[in-house]
Amino acid sequence: MTHPTELTIAGARRALAAREISAAELTQAHLDAIAALNPRLNAYITVTPELAAAQAAEADAALARGEAGPLAGIPLAIKDLFCTAGTRTTAGSRILGDFVPPYESTVTGNLLRDGAVFLGKANLDEFAMGSSNTSSAFGAAENPWKRQGDDTALVPGGSSGGSAAAVAARLALGATATDTGGSIRQPAAFCGVSGIKPTYGRCSRFGIVAYASSLDQAGPVARTVEDCAILLGSMAGFDPRDSTSADVAVPDFAAAVARGVKGLRIGIPREYRVEGLSPEIDALWRQGMDWLRAEGATLVDISLPHTKYALPTYYIVAPAEASTNLARYDGVRFGLRENGEDLKDLYERTRAAGFGDEVKRRILIGTYVLSAGYYDAYYVKAQQVRALIKRDFDQAWAQVDAILTPATPTAAFGRDENQDDPVAMYLNDVFTITANLAGIPGMSVPAGLDGKGLPLGLQVLGRPFDEETVFAVGGAIERAAGFHALPALRAAA
Amino acid sequence: MSLDTATVRRVASLARLRVEEADLPRLEAELNGILGWIEQLQAVDTQGVEPMAGGGAQALRMREDRVTDGGIQEQVLANAPDRAGAFFAVPKVVE
Amino acid sequence: MSYTIEGSTGPWEVVIGLEVHAQVTSMAKLFSGAATEFGAEPNSQVSFIDAGFPGMLPVINRECVAQAVRTGLGLNAQVNLWSRFDRKNYFYADLPQGYQISQYQYPVIGTGQIEIQLGDGSTKTIGITRLHLEQDAGKSLHDQHPSKSYIDLNRSGVALMEIVSEPDMRSPEEAGAYLTKLRQILRYLGTCDGNMEQGSLRADVNVSVRKAGEGFRTRCEVKNVNSIRFVMQAVEAEARRQVELWEAGEEVVQETRLFDTTRGVTRSMRSKEDAHDYRYFPDPDLPPLVLEQSWVDSLKAALPELPDARRARYVGDFGLTPYDAHVLTLEKETAAFYEAVAKGRDPKMAANWITGDFFAGLNRVGASIGSSPVSAEDLGALLDLISDNTLSGKLAKEVLEAMFETGKAPGLIVEERGLKQVTDTGAIEAVIDQVMAANAGKVEEYRSGKDKLFGFFVGQTMKAMQGKGNPALVNELLKKKLG
Repeated sequence: MTHPTELTIAGARRALAAREISAAELTQAHLDAIAALNPRLNAYITVTPELAAAQAAEADAALARGEAGPLAGIPLAIKDLFCTAGTRTTAGSRILGDFVPPYESTVTGNLLRDGAVFLGKANLDEFAMGSSNTSSAFGAAENPWKRQGDDTALVPGGSSGGSAAAVAARLALGATATDTGGSIRQPAAFCGVSGIKPTYGRCSRFGIVAYASSLDQAGPVARTVEDCAILLGSMAGFDPRDSTSADVAVPDFAAAVARGVKGLRIGIPREYRVEGLSPEIDALWRQGMDWLRAEGATLVDISLPHTKYALPTYYIVAPAEASTNLARYDGVRFGLRENGEDLKDLYERTRAAGFGDEVKRRILIGTYVLSAGYYDAYYVKAQQVRALIKRDFDQAWAQVDAILTPATPTAAFGRDENQDDPVAMYLNDVFTITANLAGIPGMSVPAGLDGKGLPLGLQVLGRPFDEETVFAVGGAIERAAGFHALPALRAAA
Repeated sequence: MSLDTATVRRVASLARLRVEEADLPRLEAELNGILGWIEQLQAVDTQGVEPMAGGGAQALRMREDRVTDGGIQEQVLANAPDRAGAFFAVPKVVE
Repeated sequence: MSYTIEGSTGPWEVVIGLEVHAQVTSMAKLFSGAATEFGAEPNSQVSFIDAGFPGMLPVINRECVAQAVRTGLGLNAQVNLWSRFDRKNYFYADLPQGYQISQYQYPVIGTGQIEIQLGDGSTKTIGITRLHLEQDAGKSLHDQHPSKSYIDLNRSGVALMEIVSEPDMRSPEEAGAYLTKLRQILRYLGTCDGNMEQGSLRADVNVSVRKAGEGFRTRCEVKNVNSIRFVMQAVEAEARRQVELWEAGEEVVQETRLFDTTRGVTRSMRSKEDAHDYRYFPDPDLPPLVLEQSWVDSLKAALPELPDARRARYVGDFGLTPYDAHVLTLEKETAAFYEAVAKGRDPKMAANWITGDFFAGLNRVGASIGSSPVSAEDLGALLDLISDNTLSGKLAKEVLEAMFETGKAPGLIVEERGLKQVTDTGAIEAVIDQVMAANAGKVEEYRSGKDKLFGFFVGQTMKAMQGKGNPALVNELLKKKLG
């Protein structure tokens, strides 16, 4: 039989239902894998073996009673941005100290409702700000993939680097993640797994530590498109506790995966052929077009003219929102406190000691662009350009059903590369960021390897609340690509 | 628009981030690098474009006026770095 | 005569505008389900939302919006069907989120106006600039520990209406009358309890002075004044301070000040290290507040009668004097009490009794309308006893006093004390006969022309009847018997 950590979620569900494996065994196999590999990969900040074992036992009991939820016994990694009742939640930051939330995020609550087992809290860039998982206060996570013949530690991408690394290295069957500018799709692409950022409002933000409220969206990372669909089906849904949660029905996402692309019109945005796009990525993109055409889709050349302004727009909107979302970390009610001469000094020392450099940079940028005299020139301007970016997509949907782009401009890079220039780091999100600004769903699917043996992903974008078409296109790419390469570091390897 | 040292100091103070004097030049350079790059937005013609504030819904949903929360004094205070009985405590504030 | 302050350079006009913070009457907070009740244990009415915990999100309370709309309608103001919540960013120990959710650019209520009543019987229209919804902050206690401030977040997140007036007031009296009227409207509408001692209503007073015919000069804001009397005192104190400054050749600096109620002066608030820069921007957690016109219409249709309309009705329909109508409509509870008493009775008589002996009685026992030992029903019954001649006016006053003391119904008191007025002519005649027999000499004197003695016989008769003889009958029968 396949090693338990090699199962897909769909496969594990079948094995659990057929009693070929118990939830306890499946969970223990993952806990063993974590014990063996996490010291190296640092994919988890916190591992919760007792909790996982207890949840697995419950799942086994439910399975025995025939009352198992759709995710009964499925071991998952939870990005440490989701508040989990009774389990320390850090957001990858020192400032939260040993904060133990007395409440559960809606998304993790939904997964628990469906019987999932939580192995622990996955590493991330501090407050989800980053594209390399190097800004975590708990140390960088490492990408389990290696360049051929080269042991350089590569980044797993970010901010959901721990989630993607854990799934790729078989330290979880799937993981929750969040995506504000590409934080699901970019690490998924870097680690050779799939990930989807659904439509803004599809998953509740309640109980997720906020970075940029108008852009943040939760979604899954898993090893197959179908597994992503299964997880999203559980995570998604209307939540009256989030005023931006969409009151729309959750369709059977998993059923859409095998739907095929025959008759679909797939847009190829010419503006995504950016300057300096690596020939390998360009070739993979063309390969993806060929696959979809071969499956019966029609390719349509489209224009999204404001694409090149997406990144600078994002770097006004996101820091502006972050600067005020992070004002609550002040050392008064929870988290770290550094004492000072007076209240202001306490605030300044606490926040200086608690936040890392990238978070501070974004808070400062955000504070500046909202300050008197600059608000119109920066913030309002960015909101206007954001409206134009959204309009680009709105117009495209008249012509096409989905859009195909590369997921990232490069494969995973070394931990010490790209660290000197914040702007160079920001460019990692060039293909993913527009989906957050427009609020539309986007998925990254592993589609091939670069010349050094590192995974590359393709991105599928869809209409608002049409994740089903995204899954259909993602499923077609997955079948055509037949991506079966494995990372160098993984459980049972 | 570019920031000078005084502005960086003022913004840091507004954001309640203690910045050591020695770090100001580095921060100033980094922030100016980012702002310089952001500057390209000024090239976009946004005449008459309605700013897009939020990500999703176009109207607030309203909840009913019922007491459904609170009464969790101990949980609210449990994570406090300094508490005095049922209060949070901070260094004395002079008004 | 308009109000001015006499300086050494001549008269100065005072310009006043008020920003009133009124706590919205609701069960739960503006964006959380925690209770709003006053006086609870510290931090016991706090949700994780109110305490600004990670990942917590605001969801708006429909009733708070309805209350703001009702208030806007009561202020004859524009209801904006599209409004928005912004974040006002600043750090303070009792502001857990590090920002206050408020409405900056697009308030739910736009311009309106109210009419105020002044002491000389005149009225004046004061413009309303806007009304918006916002969150209250928590409370800092500075006197509990030598080196620490204590924070209670029970108030954090309670809904407030900030009601901003135009700078239309020109005297302390007008400022007082405006706040009185505003409070009256809020209480009629039931949108704010108007309790200034508990802080449910507080005013920031903007004051400037100028010479006749000038434009506005620099104003100062006197923060958080918590009684109508203090508002009037603060206006005067601040205006005098400004006059002195200008006349000394100095400048008035735009700033926030506090009113020192014991010394009767305003003083500068400790200047903040940072100039305020609130960095307002639309709260990304909250889509716009979009109201249906039909909903606004239904709220409007259900509005209670407001003081102005009620006053006009009392004068027009009941024939009350404008003064009595004003007094009876000041408080919603008084008006309701009055109407209950007046129903089916002489409205003027009811007004006289309420504004006279009833108010005096309340005063004597230290009660309010709400806690009155005399119910409207019992007071009405008392008036009925006067109307059907069971009680004389004088006896009725005694009965009312007894009602205040015992809380008993008037009929019962009349019975217990045997106070029922005697209208039986035979019984009165018998007493008169006795009085005349016992005072035969006085009868002779009267009959020989000493008319003044009539009062003596009335007195003797009433005395013999322990005051219970119907005065009109006693008079009539005495005249007949004495001849």
